[in-house]
Amino acid sequence: MTDKSHDPNQMTGAAMIVRALIDHGVQHLFGYPGGAVLPIYDEIFQQSEVEHILVRHEQGAGHAAEGYARSTGKPGVVLVTSGPGATNMVTPLADALMDSIPLVCITGQVPTHLIGNDAFQECDTVGITRPCTKHNWLVRNVNDLAKVLHEAFYVATTGRPGPVVVDVPKDVQFATGTYHPPRKSDVHISYSPRVKGDAMQIRKAVALLAGAKRPVIYSGGGVINAGREASKLLRELVEVTGFPITSTLMGLGAYPASGPNWLGMLGMHGTYEANMTMHDCDVMLCVGARFDDRITGRTDAFSPNSKKIHIDIDPSSINKNIRVDVPIIGDCGDVLADILQVFKAEAKKPDIKPWWQQIATWRARNSLAFKPNRDVIMPQYAIQRLFELTRGRDTYITTEVGQHQMWAAQFYGFEEPHRWMTSGGLGTMGYGLPAAIGVQVAHPDSLVIDIGGDASVQMTMQEMSTAVQYELPVKIFILNNQYMGMVRQWQQLLHGNRLSHSYSEALPDFVKLAEAYGGVGLQVSKPGDLDGAIKEMISVKKPVLFDCRVAALENCFPMIPSGKAHNEMILPAEASDPAAAFAGGKALV
Amino acid sequence: MNQPASAYFLEDRHDPNETHTLSVLVQNEPGVLARVIGLFSGRGYNIESLTVSETESQKHLSRITIVTTGTPMVIQQIKHQLDRMIPVYRVVDMTLTKRAIERELAMVKVRSTGEPRVEALRLADAFRARVIDATTESFVFEITGNTDKITQFIDLMRPLGLVEVARTGVAAIGRGPEGM
Ligand SMILES: Cc1ncc(C[n+]2csc(CCOP(=O)(O)OP(=O)(O)O)c2C)c(N)n1
Ligand SMILES: [Mg+2]
Repeated sequence: MTDKSHDPNQMTGAAMIVRALIDHGVQHLFGYPGGAVLPIYDEIFQQSEVEHILVRHEQGAGHAAEGYARSTGKPGVVLVTSGPGATNMVTPLADALMDSIPLVCITGQVPTHLIGNDAFQECDTVGITRPCTKHNWLVRNVNDLAKVLHEAFYVATTGRPGPVVVDVPKDVQFATGTYHPPRKSDVHISYSPRVKGDAMQIRKAVALLAGAKRPVIYSGGGVINAGREASKLLRELVEVTGFPITSTLMGLGAYPASGPNWLGMLGMHGTYEANMTMHDCDVMLCVGARFDDRITGRTDAFSPNSKKIHIDIDPSSINKNIRVDVPIIGDCGDVLADILQVFKAEAKKPDIKPWWQQIATWRARNSLAFKPNRDVIMPQYAIQRLFELTRGRDTYITTEVGQHQMWAAQFYGFEEPHRWMTSGGLGTMGYGLPAAIGVQVAHPDSLVIDIGGDASVQMTMQEMSTAVQYELPVKIFILNNQYMGMVRQWQQLLHGNRLSHSYSEALPDFVKLAEAYGGVGLQVSKPGDLDGAIKEMISVKKPVLFDCRVAALENCFPMIPSGKAHNEMILPAEASDPAAAFAGGKALV
Repeated sequence: MNQPASAYFLEDRHDPNETHTLSVLVQNEPGVLARVIGLFSGRGYNIESLTVSETESQKHLSRITIVTTGTPMVIQQIKHQLDRMIPVYRVVDMTLTKRAIERELAMVKVRSTGEPRVEALRLADAFRARVIDATTESFVFEITGNTDKITQFIDLMRPLGLVEVARTGVAAIGRGPEGM
């Protein structure tokens, strides 16, 4: 036997984990210690390349890592202990899977000889997380650890990104074995996501686009995930074709909200013009979106007369809900580049003036209208003011889930990708506050705001303590309507206004709560005080809980009610009636 | 459309169901079968039959054969969902290739004496089932064939003293010289 004692690649499993993080360029790690990960924490203690952020609840670590990942395009990394540490991570894993966010989560496990014995803090982590990860591994041999860790990073970040879990028993962390740096052969040969779109399909797509009379581009989170270049290409395609563009909740910012071709968000709470354009179009180009049920409304009445092109890196997204005519499997960036190239070489901008005139009449209905109020802050107005007063700043927005989330999507204009983090697929209340912490860790000098609801923020409020500890000046802007507003809205519209358990009773005093954590609390209830308070919030260099008291019973419109199609939206009472809109539309075009 | 108040769009879909046989080549690693089965239960797909065994041990490859039912859109989804699992190498819809042979093996225990016993033997012979165990009052038959043939044989044995059946589920392979 050769003497391995001087081989620098001989190390313990715990050391390999830290070494692999460094080799993958990880600078920040979100975690919470416990018995089954102590060897790893010991290694973390003895180095300074990876900074560990201690959260207050493992769910917070997961969402923080999601915010980190979404605002940087890099994977978020999490370290938690076995048993309850792992089960507390289930929500963020499911959230990241739904929204295709790259996470690498390392969990401690009881020693291998105790697995299956109901040992203290044992749970079947790979079993529990199997359906909420892209892939997961239980590492039983220290000599497999390096390969698995490298594969984990590769799987999380390539193809359709997603969360992965590496479960490492404590004896494997202690055992010594051989580490190797990342290399190609670390990956399952059965895993090779397709990046480049099929050339024939791309030609078919261009032919459809070039011949369109009533086209629309419908983009989604896939464009954001595909990187900044993909957003640039999307903008160029809009420019070159002159087509109108709408986006899902997940895709906001890929095309700028101030762009001339922007229709606003589509779907259940999307704008009238976006949904009508989708319904009446003759050619739809879906880029990195997945026809989910919040988008389509009734599938049998969804955009009934259009030819549909669908670009997605995940073949299972094709024809899942809606049958499409030209599927293109590939990375949004690569495929958009190819489409652009062929379009520029072989097609010219179709004349779609009549279509834009039609769209102008829909726009003129002003579907986001709301009634101004001098005495009470309207929630929409609060977001408008927040937007105006943060405009031009280096700002990142996260949200919780509910009405405030939809108002944020409707009224905050996103100009760039990676600036908007919201729980779209899973709809996880409690996402926004820890996500903001993750974003702030990645962008310490930026303005990071969580647009929250009074009910949602209480789900992960403990992370205020994390924000204070690490001097992360996140701003928690709470639209406090004293209700689970979205639940109340559904109860009002669909359940005879029986407000069963949707009133936020015994709300804490958010100002005192902020102070108790060592942050700053602000409260406003008068529209006239709002601007001043927002400016103060921005200037404070500490975590802020901003209790913005808003109209309690306001509903979020427009809205596609259940069982209805895109052209059967409920508009707010303040929207223009069709005749007036028509006149207005005429004036616009 | 009338529907109860719901945050979801409730729809009836009326596409007819089809039965398909899928061959799935996977890396034989711990948990791989759980992943496949979990996919089916988690997404509400049907499993009519499932067989699995290592087929190339030096490459650690296993072959899973699944018979499933669903609308054409669902069957396509199942194929894609399987295909995107990390340890899955290939998924082939054997029903679409139209050139696949499907076989199942069953062991059928029949307990009877006198005329029914003679009749059971006679039928077994007609179905090319072999006797693999016998006592003075029972037989165990081994029969191979497609699912229909086996089901038919079992139905015939029922009035003749059928005790129990063990079936392997379907294995499938394509005709001709090419592999999957
Ligand atoms: C963890 C979790 N539990 C329950 C829900 C269901 N839900 C969706 S919105 C909502 C109410 C949110 O209330 P609040 O945070 O005050 O936001 P608002 O709608 O009032 O703006 C609830 C309970 C959810 N999305 N997430
Ligand atoms: Mg509320």
